[in-house]
Amino acid sequence: MKITLNSEPMEVSGTVADLLEARTGDRRPSGIAVAVDEEIVPRDDWARWQLRDGHVVEIVTAVQGG
Amino acid sequence: MTTSPMNSLKIAGRELSSRLFLGTGGLPNLALLPAVIDAAEPGLVTVSMRRTSSTATGGLLETLRAAKVPILPNTAGCLSAREAVLTAELAREALETDWVKLEVIGDETSLMPDAVELVEAAEQLVRKGFTVLPYATDDAVLARRLADAGCAAVMPLGSPIGSGLGILNPYAIEAVVAAVDVPVVLDAGVGTASDAALAMELGCAAVLAATAVTRADDPVGMARALRLAVEAGHAARGAGRIPRQAVARASSPMEGRIA
Repeated sequence: MKITLNSEPMEVSGTVADLLEARTGDRRPSGIAVAVDEEIVPRDDWARWQLRDGHVVEIVTAVQGG
Repeated sequence: MTTSPMNSLKIAGRELSSRLFLGTGGLPNLALLPAVIDAAEPGLVTVSMRRTSSTATGGLLETLRAAKVPILPNTAGCLSAREAVLTAELAREALETDWVKLEVIGDETSLMPDAVELVEAAEQLVRKGFTVLPYATDDAVLARRLADAGCAAVMPLGSPIGSGLGILNPYAIEAVVAAVDVPVVLDAGVGTASDAALAMELGCAAVLAATAVTRADDPVGMARALRLAVEAGHAARGAGRIPRQAVARASSPMEGRIA
């Protein structure tokens, strides 16, 4: 299925945790937050939160900033 | 870090160890950050939230956690209340803090706060349980609206972000201090130590500096200078300055002079 991850189209299947593992090598990385369709997916839900076709996913972390 | 009673600051019931807050943006090399934090001894350190692919994290959070300094995420770059609220919620989830430096700018050129969106975002975030520190213009009416919305502090700009122009309208900053009961934190515009000292002399509870430190020739040296300036300005405010007057007033006795 196709999702949009940080504005880029992407083919994935599975849960938010699966996506994080593919992207960061960690199913529960620290200092990261995930939103799907502008709703926060809490860390404790990542492993059971199923991605669906058309979902718009944001994965963010902290960077240097004022 | 040491906390003297004179210098203690409470925001939303939480005691902060310093009245200098440090922004991390603009530092050419993350490896400098520990030394800058050591020199600044900041009460809070700000970070921004960005997509994981756009910028390497480079161990920023590890550095801040090792320094044991409280992290204040900001919503820098957000142009609407909707974006700012989502960014704050992402920051709360990622960093496990409900504190947020709320920034909603009107455009990417002036970087000036959008007052309408700012108040809307502040109201929403307060309802969602956030401790909101909004970046605002030096407008006493807006400051009061933000305080009335439940913000824990207000953060007026001295001059535009990154400009280093200092406090362009000290009377407006004094008016903001007089208008609200919450702490006032001078946010943008600090260029050097005297700007930070002036902010404190005007009655600000704290100063946030980013570019002034991170883009100085010697960021560690400027971090130390701003820490001392904030302390000096706060002490001067407490000591009560003499009134300005246009005529001279001798401090030596006139009586008993020879000739």
